[in-house]
Amino acid sequence: MINVAGIEITPELVAFGGLATVAALAAIGVVAFNNAVRSALCLVVNFFLLAVLYFTLNAELLGISQVIVYTGAIMVLFLFVIMLLNLGAPQILHEKWDFKRPAGIVLALVFAGLIAGQILPSLMSASRPVSNPALDAYGSPQAIGRTLFSTYVFPFEAVSILLLIGIVGSILLAKRRI
Amino acid sequence: MIGVPLVAYLSLGLFMFTVGAVGVIVRRNPIVIFMCIELMLNAVNLTFLSFARYHAVAARPGGPSAAESMMAGQMMVIFVMAVAAAEVAVGLGIIMAIFRLRDSIDIDEMSLLRG
Repeated sequence: MINVAGIEITPELVAFGGLATVAALAAIGVVAFNNAVRSALCLVVNFFLLAVLYFTLNAELLGISQVIVYTGAIMVLFLFVIMLLNLGAPQILHEKWDFKRPAGIVLALVFAGLIAGQILPSLMSASRPVSNPALDAYGSPQAIGRTLFSTYVFPFEAVSILLLIGIVGSILLAKRRI
Repeated sequence: MIGVPLVAYLSLGLFMFTVGAVGVIVRRNPIVIFMCIELMLNAVNLTFLSFARYHAVAARPGGPSAAESMMAGQMMVIFVMAVAAAEVAVGLGIIMAIFRLRDSIDIDEMSLLRG
């Protein structure tokens, strides 16, 4: 096994590195592209790769719902609104170079440095997932459904009411005359 | 994945969250700002799932069992997804309404609520 700076380089780590690099580049693309459609497509790539990462974490149902909910529903909504507003070439917002940009980057670097310095070192020891074969089935639809409708039934109902309010509210906002 | 340390997942989550935060501060297009919020929510989801997989606490008296704490992370991700869906629907509705009212969606020009 190759060892670089105390970290074992396994084939899985190389695969994760590839996935994570593309996901990170797509995340940067969301912020960096001036055209909203390109940002949306970068976000689609990012969400797909996150779904793959969810699979590697044994959360199969959540990986599938990530593809369906985010890439399927939310991104279609985004693209739909971009096209409805018709923010094409003449209306692209010209991003100014003002104090917000350097301030935002400095704040982000401080934030990332703070978290990376305070939290990550104490978690360096967790190098492998909990190796209990019984836990591998906990991403399956059966297990999630059972928990969702027993322990978490009250939050589930609260979320359903929230979604209902969301539907009614978005119709109310988007419609000209009711 | 066996062979990938927890820190690798957490670093990706931290990076995505930071990029999303920068986007919210820097960009002026409210649709892109919404996308950056989605990016941040997804970074948090990734963090929840990796903690659920790696840090399932060993059973201790009175505390949650390993299985319970592993399910808790996934449940939180489900609820975040549902809230994100509702948030996007309402938020894009608001953007549509503002665009209809002012024919522009530049976030710097919206100062109606300034005191």
